[in-house]
Amino acid sequence: MAQAEAHIEGQQHPIGIYFKIWGLLFVLSTFSYLVDYYNFEGYLRWSLILIFMLLKAGLIIAVFMHMMWERVALMCAILLPPVFIGVFIFLMTHEAGYTFSTRGLFFALGS
Amino acid sequence: MSDASTGAAVARPEGLKGVVADWSSDQRAFKGVPWGKAMMWIFLVSDTFIFSIFLLSYMTVRMSTTVAWPNPSEVFALSFGGEPIPLILIAIMTFILISSSGTMAMAVRFGYLRDRKTSALLMLATAAFGASFVSMQAFEWTKLIEEGVRPWFNPMGAAQFGSTFFMITGFHGLHVSIGVIFLIIIARKTWRGDYEKQRAGFFTSRKGNYEAVEIMGLYWHFVDLVWVFIFAFFYLW
Repeated sequence: MAQAEAHIEGQQHPIGIYFKIWGLLFVLSTFSYLVDYYNFEGYLRWSLILIFMLLKAGLIIAVFMHMMWERVALMCAILLPPVFIGVFIFLMTHEAGYTFSTRGLFFALGS
Repeated sequence: MSDASTGAAVARPEGLKGVVADWSSDQRAFKGVPWGKAMMWIFLVSDTFIFSIFLLSYMTVRMSTTVAWPNPSEVFALSFGGEPIPLILIAIMTFILISSSGTMAMAVRFGYLRDRKTSALLMLATAAFGASFVSMQAFEWTKLIEEGVRPWFNPMGAAQFGSTFFMITGFHGLHVSIGVIFLIIIARKTWRGDYEKQRAGFFTSRKGNYEAVEIMGLYWHFVDLVWVFIFAFFYLW
């Protein structure tokens, strides 16, 4: 149980991995800035933004916050609940679409 | 991991079997995780929900408004004597916050290595990065307020742009500011050697140890993590 013993001593990892992740985050941030700089439009823009965002978030959680070295029990308790935000996103996109359509109708009828 | 009665190392199952074993152990569920760290993680989950609700309300008002949404690329452009560069200040703020996360991660490492001075200096560097981030945000707010943007009004288009901008970046900026204050406190404690001398804390009067640096790190990385989402959804979308 080398992994569990490492927890008792605290999270100690070679310093190189932090420099590598730092560099990767810089590269990914530059990429997402370039998406805006070169004015990509439509689905290409949105998918690139989401990919770079999720990669950055994953690297920060996994390495900087040491989640990849934790036991699966903690990973589940912390990372699973936010998944349900997806349900909320689904609900609110439909609600917003409905509001938009009724507003459109209201302004078209002029009263 | 050690047995309570014998002190001998007990092997625990890994993976999903480990989840079942940990949760059904009739003891604490998070093996090898200090309670302070588990509590910080749970606080961060709740904070995740608060920021999600802010971003979700932003998504809802942006999707449902019939007035044109201002182009963030132009709104946040800045010119240094020449052509305005789109979104440049926000990009610089992003790089600053990532750098502060890098120094924080190393501060945690040097804390556990008992290298007090290096750890404290790295935390002070993190605090300096954080303070410069907040200053740039204050500059950004001043610029937008001078252009007439208000939480209830926006001369460039949809009024909801002003509301969500001040709410989301304001709440994030508050998190950064609180983080800077606590970084300075923890750096001072580390520098002074509080965690080695078992000095009682100023607030809880409990003795601390270097887990405090890691817990501080978790909070700081979370602030960086939230910025990743704000940057993507508010500034780039």
